[in-house]
Amino acid sequence: MIMNSKITQKAAFFFFLLATLLIVIPVGLIVFIIVIKGAPAISWDFLFSMPRDGMRAGGIFPAIIGTICLVVGSIAFALPIGVLAAIYLSEYSRDNLLTRIIKLAIVNLSGVPSVIFGLFGLALFVVFLGFGASILAGSLTLGIMVLPIIIAASRVALESVPMSFREVSLSLGASKWQTIRHIVLPNAIPGIMTGTILEIGRAAGETAPILFTVAAFYLPQLPKSIFDQAMALPYHLYVISTQVPNVDEKIRYGTALVLLALVLSVNLIAIIIRYKLRKNKKW
Amino acid sequence: MVKINSKNLNIWFDKIQVLKNINIQIQSNEILSIIGPSNSGKTSFLRSLNRMNELEPTSKIDGLIEFDGTNIKDMNVELLRQKVGMVFALPLPLPLSIFDNVAYGARMHGIKNKQKLQEIVEKALNHAYIWDEVKDRLNESAFKLSGGQQQRLCIARTLAVEPEVILFDEPCSGLDPISTAKVEETMLQLKNDYTIVLVTNNVKQAARVADRTAFFLSGELVELDQTDKIFTAPSDQRTDGYIRGKFG
Repeated sequence: MIMNSKITQKAAFFFFLLATLLIVIPVGLIVFIIVIKGAPAISWDFLFSMPRDGMRAGGIFPAIIGTICLVVGSIAFALPIGVLAAIYLSEYSRDNLLTRIIKLAIVNLSGVPSVIFGLFGLALFVVFLGFGASILAGSLTLGIMVLPIIIAASRVALESVPMSFREVSLSLGASKWQTIRHIVLPNAIPGIMTGTILEIGRAAGETAPILFTVAAFYLPQLPKSIFDQAMALPYHLYVISTQVPNVDEKIRYGTALVLLALVLSVNLIAIIIRYKLRKNKKW
Repeated sequence: MVKINSKNLNIWFDKIQVLKNINIQIQSNEILSIIGPSNSGKTSFLRSLNRMNELEPTSKIDGLIEFDGTNIKDMNVELLRQKVGMVFALPLPLPLSIFDNVAYGARMHGIKNKQKLQEIVEKALNHAYIWDEVKDRLNESAFKLSGGQQQRLCIARTLAVEPEVILFDEPCSGLDPISTAKVEETMLQLKNDYTIVLVTNNVKQAARVADRTAFFLSGELVELDQTDKIFTAPSDQRTDGYIRGKFG
């Protein structure tokens, strides 16, 4: 019996280890393959010049710039709205049917497939509001896509600030807004930032929301205003992989590597910031 | 002079009545202590004096509390809390430096002048008898202080907004005997300038510092009298039983 239970335990541990490795191996392989195949393509010219010969040569500079514009635009839109909504939901709203419906709607919104956001953006921003396919329409679409997660992360961050801090501040005669502004918000910023930075990675990598709202198939020039179309890395990758024949594998993997590096480095920054701020946490 | 007057005060949390018809007059410059077993409504009474119970959405309050003759419901709540300060059961420094903790209230009330803030902080820390211990480390985090020092810092923080009444909610429940003695000494000194309401689980503490003592049981005020009388010849048998340690 004792032998038996030991064997069972060992078997269980083995399967746990296996399950863990199964997560790590694909991630490692993806990074490995993309780095190996993409690294030879990376050069100054590849990163900072326009595509040529129907995207079979040259660089991906406009796609990099387009993606950066879209990320900045979407976060500039989603962060303030998300944080304000989170402050309202966690600090001001009473628990009633309406706020429960709102909270439920936000949770569900984060589960909506990204292509639906793309169609929504096409209908609202591109057609109805008449922005056309533009950086503005794409940014707003991506912004709406990342909004639910930013709200959720901000709410968690705000609600994790101890109630006692609020009570102390109020008991000293501070108003509710002063309490939020000087005590709650500063202590919630690490959590809000982590959520936001992770969503930057998502906004940079999504293809479907920008498909109808901003992405240009081939546009060998930089956007001049937010009403211009732009190339973007994920869509560019899709185009050169499936729509354009005879693109050198090196260029495809090089593009993938740039996108991956962009997203992973943003995530890395999030981890570092969170670590540093947690170390400074004083309670 | 009556500083705070509670008339027929009833409080419910989520339909459970925690205070029943409380009538207490708190005199200026006295230390009124409130004793009683847990769940007797002591803290709820204290928190109704600076309207902190309102933060609890399920609370329902009935009756009248007057501060200097004014119904506190008619007062601006920030002004009321400025005049009626509170020290909590556990030392609760804000996640700020020692200086910023004490200056917090003044800053929230619009004082920006650095020199003025410096004066306020020094005066408050002096009044709480902690200045000598912290004067060289004002910019350190308040969390680096010991528990007893933190609690005296919290007292200083309350004093810095220049209240007229200070509510102490079991201020020594987390402290060692030496820190407790220091906090009690502080309270006795503060009596000259402030009105103090002290909720305590420690009956002996009430005997040591209070002028008058109220005994709460199950949300009712059983007895309120001079501390000497409560501890030597209480009129109610339940009071006698509690202070002798027969229950509680």
